[in-house]
Amino acid sequence: MAFVRQQFTASMRFFHWLMAVLVLAMLCIGVAMVASLGDYHILVSIHRPIGILILILVVIRFVNRCFSTLPPFPPTMSPQERHIAHLSELLMYTLLFVQPLVGWGMLSAARYPIVMWGSLHLFPILPRSVMLYAVLRETHTILAYLLFLAIVAHFGAVLFHTLVVRDRLLNRMVPWKARAN
Amino acid sequence: MASDPTPSTEKQQPQQSPLSASSKLTRLGVIGVVLLCVVGTFLYFGGWFSPHKLTPSRFVDGFQKVYGFHSGFRRNHAKGVCVTGFFVGNGQGMRLSKAVVFRAGRVPVIGRFSLGGGDPYVSDSPDQVRGLGLQFSLPDGEKWRTAMIDFPVFPFHTPQDFYENLLASQPDPNTHKLDPQKLAAFATSHPEFVQAIKIIQSRPPASGFDNSAFYGLNAFRFTNGAGQSKFVRWALMPVQPYAPASGSPQGDKNYLFDGLIASIHQHPLQWHLIVTVGQPGDPTDDASLMWPEGREQVDVGTLTLDSVQSEETSPARDINFDPLVLPDGIAPSDDPLLSARSAVYSQSFTRRAGEKKLPSAITPADVQK
Repeated sequence: MAFVRQQFTASMRFFHWLMAVLVLAMLCIGVAMVASLGDYHILVSIHRPIGILILILVVIRFVNRCFSTLPPFPPTMSPQERHIAHLSELLMYTLLFVQPLVGWGMLSAARYPIVMWGSLHLFPILPRSVMLYAVLRETHTILAYLLFLAIVAHFGAVLFHTLVVRDRLLNRMVPWKARAN
Repeated sequence: MASDPTPSTEKQQPQQSPLSASSKLTRLGVIGVVLLCVVGTFLYFGGWFSPHKLTPSRFVDGFQKVYGFHSGFRRNHAKGVCVTGFFVGNGQGMRLSKAVVFRAGRVPVIGRFSLGGGDPYVSDSPDQVRGLGLQFSLPDGEKWRTAMIDFPVFPFHTPQDFYENLLASQPDPNTHKLDPQKLAAFATSHPEFVQAIKIIQSRPPASGFDNSAFYGLNAFRFTNGAGQSKFVRWALMPVQPYAPASGSPQGDKNYLFDGLIASIHQHPLQWHLIVTVGQPGDPTDDASLMWPEGREQVDVGTLTLDSVQSEETSPARDINFDPLVLPDGIAPSDDPLLSARSAVYSQSFTRRAGEKKLPSAITPADVQK
């Protein structure tokens, strides 16, 4: 009998949980900093480099995913559900890639220095235009809420499968080696 | 994206006894609670459960409430004119900060002179606070921005104080008069404000922008190449001789700006950048207090401004002179005003960036004079 993977590869699980922590932290930092006077500077100072870190990680993660063998969907998932799962994965990859780029782009359009650490800063990727900045700044907020909703929906679906359908869907992604069924 | 491999055989799940209706409902309830907690945490961080907390957005709303809405203009220091020039460092600052700007040499500078308040068409008067925002473009691509005013101390210790005073100084919508009771109440509850105003009023304002001194107000931390840190404050001291203001002339509502334009057309204007080095114990978190006399002062270079432009024709209109855009070697102090200034300036910038730009009081024709 051919070997059938029960779990995502160790590297895929590593990237998943690392990015889960980083992205949730970033979403909280993002909404907190725009509502804060006293903590604004410290939060925005860590928001920029973590955003770029996420951009780098999502590219590596995507390449890694393309070259990895994936575990099959559990038989409890209908074709429709599988289709939705595919689309939501695509949506999240897209958001994780586009959101940091929009952040970088909006700072570029406003000609803010894009400071990473010390004197290390990034080059601008868009021409100077405050109107462009305004549009991208708004986009950054909308994408952040969209990303948050996508994560909540993803989390809810996994919980539903794990607790109600009881098909051990979560085992595919847990950081440790899950028992075979 | 790679497609999922189709398994040759699908392992049958071991048969599980079906969940009872109540058990299923409980489990769904648990999922609901978990998701609500996640959403609640996110909203908590976003300040949704503290509707009265002073946020950058509410601060800027305060300016709009007091001064009205003026499309495309800064919410404070709305009336202004832009300048360019250069800064020549003499190298003396290098022992205090490794920032490239303090090396001997010349860096380009762009800036903006302004009057305090959110009315872009206000008539000039001697007692209004004067602002100077500057951006130094360093050769390694770093930027240093600073926003200074002609007061040696800031009248408010915290952002909250500033905001309360802003609202207290809102004229009555019917009589257009200030409410002396509100202002007096603020002064009574803020003795540091009264003290700071005394210091500010101890010297009459200068006759023009060109002979005004401009102060960075907040303390910053300088770190030199050897890793030693010191707290400092900085100020621009004019080379143009001081003369006290003598009331505002009748008939020219832009007399301060017109004076600046005439002066800069006659000769380049210059200021010495003076860094005052703090001693342990000097207040670094309170811009309303002077540092004691006799602190070491270092002249680190000379700023020259030799060209003036209207806001419509200068990129300075679209620069946010955020005092926390700092090069390596200059860091913020623990002054709560600094982060708040950065946050509120950013909010003001974001709002005006997307708005239709109305003509400035000082037009391109005015600066040609």
